[in-house]
Amino acid sequence: MSNIIYYVSFILLGIGIYGIVSQKNLFKQLISLSIIDTAVNIFIVALGYVQGGEAPIYSAITPVANFVDPLPQALVLTAIVIGVGTLALGSILLIHIDEKYGSLDPDEIRDTREVVE
Amino acid sequence: MMRRVWAILVAGVFLYFLIAQFLPIIPDFGNADMFLRVSFDIISKSTTSNYNVVEFKKSKDLEDGSANVVTSIVANYRAFDTLGEVTVLFCAAIGVGILASVLKPKRKIEFEEHRVLRISTGIIFPLILLFGVYIFIHGHLSPGGGFPGGTTIALGVLLLMLSNNEFKVTPVAKHIEQVAGAGYVVIGLMGLAIGGVFLMNFLPTGVVGNLFSGGVVPIVYILIGFKVGAELSSVVSDLREG
Repeated sequence: MSNIIYYVSFILLGIGIYGIVSQKNLFKQLISLSIIDTAVNIFIVALGYVQGGEAPIYSAITPVANFVDPLPQALVLTAIVIGVGTLALGSILLIHIDEKYGSLDPDEIRDTREVVE
Repeated sequence: MMRRVWAILVAGVFLYFLIAQFLPIIPDFGNADMFLRVSFDIISKSTTSNYNVVEFKKSKDLEDGSANVVTSIVANYRAFDTLGEVTVLFCAAIGVGILASVLKPKRKIEFEEHRVLRISTGIIFPLILLFGVYIFIHGHLSPGGGFPGGTTIALGVLLLMLSNNEFKVTPVAKHIEQVAGAGYVVIGLMGLAIGGVFLMNFLPTGVVGNLFSGGVVPIVYILIGFKVGAELSSVVSDLREG
């Protein structure tokens, strides 16, 4: 029962994979990718938790170290920022696809391309 | 319908693999053994020296003086990683800018202007700006840092866009971004010149918990804050019109 946070992140991962495989709309697939991103971030932060640990900041409340693992948090900070970058780049690419083919469905895009050719 | 069944199967296989094969080999939630981890040295700020106890407002002249341990990892121990991260964000912003500018029909998303939103934005925007600056200046003392602070500033810019259709992010944003990014590299080269290691912390680190502590960490985080704020503002504006 104490591992419930791992299950939460696994289930989010499953939702993301389900979304990528089942959805036809490319934008929904992009959002599924970002759900997977979130799931992995939750998992990595959860790996560093120590029972009873405080946030890893020396302050008036915690003058001496009794901290959770700060390294996963620093890595997740990087991952979040890169997630934002890829999400922005992906969405502008999808805007391009939509303006060129008038659709975000791969099957419809394929049909449009055959008509054009 | 077939697609959905297929998707459930794939997701189920993944979940089975993760829960049955992967869960047994990772430590239970909350039972991470800090004494065996690299972070233990980083928390005690003694990766190169012997173990010493760090105390808030008492310890001084440590190898890294920032009270926020995550910041000391991001902007000191793993500053080279952060340089790479900032470069990735820079490439993404450039890519969004180029792709938005070559879109054939020039488009612009217009919002319905509202008087209440417009006036209240005028009141609240300076406060948002101030809060963003506070977050990245205190990045080495409190939760936050360059990335959240820059994002807060970019959200303020987004609020201006929502309330005012004439508002535009000028090319000044791009220049701020370039200067801040170059400043990060210059600080790294100064470390190379003074200490012999790229991105070395060459300033005195001071007392843990003071505003002027941490050596180059606050400077790096202020530069990152400006860079991320300018970058995300221009990404938002590129996505809105191009």
